[in-house]
Amino acid sequence: MVEPATILSLKSLTKKFGSFAAVDAIDLEIAEGDFFTIVGPSGSGKTTLLRMLAGMEQPTSGDILLRGVRINDLPANERPTCMVFQSLALFPHRSVGENIEFSLKMRGEAKDKRKARALGLMDMLRLPQSYYNRSVMKCSGGERQRVALARALAYDPQILFFDEPLSAIDYKLRKTLEKELKDIHRETKKTFVYITHSLEEAMVMSDRIGVMRAGRLVQVGTPHEIYTTPKTRFVAEFIGDVNVFAVEPAPGGMLRSTSLAGNIKPPTLPAGFVGGHLVIRPEFLRFIDAASEADNSVTGRLHNEYALGSRVQYQVRVGDSVLLIEKLGQQVFSGKLDDVVRIGWDARDSILVTD
Amino acid sequence: MRRFRDLGPGGKSALPVLLFLLGGFVAPLIAVVWFSFMPPRTFSLAAEPSLANYAAIFESSNYISFLWSLGLAALTVILLALICFPVAYGLVRVFGRWAMLLMLLFTIPLFVSENIRLYGWVLLLIKNGVVLGTIKSLFGYEFASILFTRSAILVGMVYVYLPFMLFPLTLGISMIPDETRDAAFDLGASRWQVFWEIEVPLSMPGVVIGFLLTFVLAVGAITEAKVMGGQRVIPIAQDIEIAFTYSQNWPLGAALSVLLMLVVGVLVLTALWRFDLDRFLGRK
Repeated sequence: MVEPATILSLKSLTKKFGSFAAVDAIDLEIAEGDFFTIVGPSGSGKTTLLRMLAGMEQPTSGDILLRGVRINDLPANERPTCMVFQSLALFPHRSVGENIEFSLKMRGEAKDKRKARALGLMDMLRLPQSYYNRSVMKCSGGERQRVALARALAYDPQILFFDEPLSAIDYKLRKTLEKELKDIHRETKKTFVYITHSLEEAMVMSDRIGVMRAGRLVQVGTPHEIYTTPKTRFVAEFIGDVNVFAVEPAPGGMLRSTSLAGNIKPPTLPAGFVGGHLVIRPEFLRFIDAASEADNSVTGRLHNEYALGSRVQYQVRVGDSVLLIEKLGQQVFSGKLDDVVRIGWDARDSILVTD
Repeated sequence: MRRFRDLGPGGKSALPVLLFLLGGFVAPLIAVVWFSFMPPRTFSLAAEPSLANYAAIFESSNYISFLWSLGLAALTVILLALICFPVAYGLVRVFGRWAMLLMLLFTIPLFVSENIRLYGWVLLLIKNGVVLGTIKSLFGYEFASILFTRSAILVGMVYVYLPFMLFPLTLGISMIPDETRDAAFDLGASRWQVFWEIEVPLSMPGVVIGFLLTFVLAVGAITEAKVMGGQRVIPIAQDIEIAFTYSQNWPLGAALSVLLMLVVGVLVLTALWRFDLDRFLGRK
């Protein structure tokens, strides 16, 4: 299989507001046809980054290359890219059809050709044809999302940008739309660059994810890589619940933590390790009894349990700290609250980060 | 008494305002309408109603005043729209930090009486006044003054009613979200297309309010014609004033007022009906 070509590459891209660097020297390559998601907390600079890529914000320094061509100075209306906004930014005084056809009308395409294209896109996005003349203001939240997407697709962009378009939508509809968006990505084979503050959303949809913090990309990888091998504590904690312990080296290639008794057997210890954090995902912790063994174990008291439907989470107090354990619904633990329990994990299931 | 209890807290709280408006607004209005049907030159409301005043108006040359008022008001509104739209656009989109100062400069003159401001214009424009006098003494040229012409009336009206067009327009333009503009631009629209396709139509609520406000005010204008027009034109408001004061013909004044209200009311309602804001903004 041939490696897909790079469609977008960023070279030390920086945006400063005064002395504050909202986006700080980002290097990134996005492959043709990828669903790439930039995820980060609010204020991490992801929206500024996206606005630079779309041509609505001028970079302070660095370059944006589209298929190897520098596009820094190309204004948004001349870039072959299109954005779906957080507010959707539909034109309230125009019908669904007119919204979708907007870019074609600006290009001066004939009315019947425009209409055919709009109806085709409405079909693909499962918008009833009868909506063509309907006011966008009369559409529901989900329908508006589809109109916004159809309007962007009508432009036939080489890259589609998404600025958290699903953030204001209720949970159930969001889940449906996430999957639809992934289907549309497959169908159109276009490059999607999506930003969100929800790593869960990013995991569901993306081929690759870039995690942003304070204007910098701290890690880029597949959803699986980001989940299983986070490079920093920030990335590890950003995805769901984790158990994190400050650790330092102990004699014999072991680790020592102030919050847990005894030495801990680490995963492979990097050379020159002087201290950092040990991360254990709740699903890798298990209750152990005399019959089962694990590389590491601690004793604590069962403090609480939470039913999450398909899973159950348990809180166990170990000394001053609280450990979180997660089990699938059918493997429910039979212990009672305040029971003394032993929990353990294997060294290979823990992650050592150096910060 | 049961009825009062049924009003609910909203109705009960609104009652004082309602009573005030009934006494202070509706009652005088009914009095004026009723007066217009009284025989000419009576001061009683108890005489036999007649259409004599209206007949007199249609036989007289009052229609000229009507036409002057409506024509001057229409011209004022058009000029104001042409002047204010670019200014309002600049205040919202271009001037940045300076917009606040400019807004203040547009507002401060409103603290000074209209008459005094118009007399200021007279001093500025009069023969040997600030402008022409300065040119004469510096360069020796002498120009005719536009004061006491119809153009001068228009200058005065445009000047006096400018804030009433500018502020609604500014509000209308500022209510367009930046993302809507960005989206149009991102979809390949040129600056000019963004302006015509997005900014102008979406600022229409402000434009309509500005039009109605300035038109209704300008139709009733009287001081501009008196002070700056030198009585060259008699607007309808002045006819009404004369009927109520010099000629002591209250029924005639009342009939003129009723006609003016009817004409303006019909024009405004037609405009609102033809220009359905809700439909325009897609809320229907």
